[in-house]
Amino acid sequence: MWKFIVRRLLITMPQIILLSVLVFIMAQMMPGDALSGLIDPNIDPAAMEEQREKLGLNDPWYEQYADWITAALQGDLGQSFRFKMPVEELISQRLVNTFWLSLVTLIFTYIIAIPLGIISGRYNDTLRDQLISGYTYIGFATPLFIFALVMLWLFGYTLGWFPTGGSVEPGLDPGSFAYIMSKFNHLLLPAISMALITTVNTVQYLRSEIIDTKQKDFIITARAKGAPESRVYNKHILRNSLLPIAAYFGFEITGLIGGTVFIETIYSYPGMGLLFMESVLQRDYSVVTSVVLLFGIASVLGALLSDIILSLVDPRIRIK
Amino acid sequence: MEHTNINVIDIDTEKAPSMTSIIWREIVRDKIALLSLIFLVIITAFVYGISLFLNQEEIVKVDLFAINQPPSSEFWLGTDYGGRDIFGQLIIGTRNSLSIGILVTLMTGIIGVVYGLVSGYYGGTIDNMMMRIVDFFLILPFLMIVIVFVAIVPKYSIWSFSLIMTAFLWMGITRIIRSKALQERELDYAQASKTLGTPDWKIMFTQVLPNLSSIIIVTMTLNLAANIGLESGLSFLGFGFPESTPSLGTLLGYARNPQTLELRWWIWLPAAVMVFLLMLAVRNVGEALKRATDARQRRG
Repeated sequence: MWKFIVRRLLITMPQIILLSVLVFIMAQMMPGDALSGLIDPNIDPAAMEEQREKLGLNDPWYEQYADWITAALQGDLGQSFRFKMPVEELISQRLVNTFWLSLVTLIFTYIIAIPLGIISGRYNDTLRDQLISGYTYIGFATPLFIFALVMLWLFGYTLGWFPTGGSVEPGLDPGSFAYIMSKFNHLLLPAISMALITTVNTVQYLRSEIIDTKQKDFIITARAKGAPESRVYNKHILRNSLLPIAAYFGFEITGLIGGTVFIETIYSYPGMGLLFMESVLQRDYSVVTSVVLLFGIASVLGALLSDIILSLVDPRIRIK
Repeated sequence: MEHTNINVIDIDTEKAPSMTSIIWREIVRDKIALLSLIFLVIITAFVYGISLFLNQEEIVKVDLFAINQPPSSEFWLGTDYGGRDIFGQLIIGTRNSLSIGILVTLMTGIIGVVYGLVSGYYGGTIDNMMMRIVDFFLILPFLMIVIVFVAIVPKYSIWSFSLIMTAFLWMGITRIIRSKALQERELDYAQASKTLGTPDWKIMFTQVLPNLSSIIIVTMTLNLAANIGLESGLSFLGFGFPESTPSLGTLLGYARNPQTLELRWWIWLPAAVMVFLLMLAVRNVGEALKRATDARQRRG
């Protein structure tokens, strides 16, 4: 067990280092440097060159990389020239919003997936199952952003049931009950739109897990002992089918990252995805590289988490 | 010597059905797949045929006297904020989206097949190292990395767009081909060939590859559906086709303007429906192909 986790961690380290190199190369390819946003264009080029020398921007690339990575490890991600503030402060403001959006989306994903998967797997090849399978089939073929656009148009604009942008009503007192309710209200439509599409994987997976488990010997034994059908399903089958679903939790996180870029852009929800899009468009590159680096690390850790849960659940994976 | 009496087994003289006829039977049997195939053939013939007569420059020319018009007899699907005809853009956009989808699918397919074959055929340390590279690409936040590269590449063109997409999309098919190649190399025909001294590249590309053809076709069809979606998604965000080259994604991108989304459905909704139908139809055909290649799942 521990051997597997240690080995898996050993793969993770080079992945994160490679990722940081890739992000660094991207940062180098971007036009301008850390100074171009900071200074007045009227300043003397010679003075600027002096500043560059002082900041180490003329050093060879490996020294620059070392400087950049040590600063990043200490939590210094540079300056955003658009907001004139340190990137880490900007990100921590936005990260809260994305965290809540992702959390609510995950909750909806499982609220939808577990009952649908169970019904579909328990009563497979009945009308109920066919309806659910039809939904997952169409869900697979629908791009998230198109679905989100249609949802916003329908429920946000045409019916007016939900707010169409932002993360909270302006003018409310932070911490008050109305403030929290408004936050939740702004979260609801984006989270449901994302969950309805991302959940189809889990529904299908749970369905086939249950159908597989149904035919296993221990289920036949349980039935032979006279266990009532509800006990067979709720205790024996469900417990065995839900574990693999738990293992995919880490990959869900990776999937959410791509999703938030679309969802936050469409619903103009001020989180990390929207911050990324705005910064790319406005060429605020120190923010762009930091967001990519952070989301990249989150994906690496998500995959790590999944592999570890999977090895706990399924001992066969540990053997090799 | 006594002759044991062995009955001559009746060999079915009828030839085994060819792959093409199996696939054809499967598609005809599945009404939805057949409809999807007909839809795809008609749409493809229509958009590529019609666009021979349509002038792209004419369609994307700004006409300030006809901005944001609702559908009418002159403009079947209305016009956008630059007075450009949506119907014409939809046709050209469908063509461009299909072309880039096919191009990216082919390029990722070639890389994936060669890389996966080499990795799976040799196995061992080579396979291990090659797969760690794949693992690394797989954990990258695809969308963000592609957007950044599109934003910083100098002299951005359709070619650089497809190359960037390819660079971060080849891993899926690679993994599938590699795992199949790992199985194939253990089979007698590959081992026998090796014993006879056939060079590795010849076994890989003339013997193993033909045996993987059906799985390659299936994977690439399903990838095509995904790639059409990805292109439209990236163009929607403004990091794919530029407005001067309409695609389904650029039409959808107009909906990022809240007023267009709320009040002018004719600009973005047809493109949304088109992306959805294309992806669904390609997937339907892909699923039917998948069943055709797996004898246990066949319906026909």
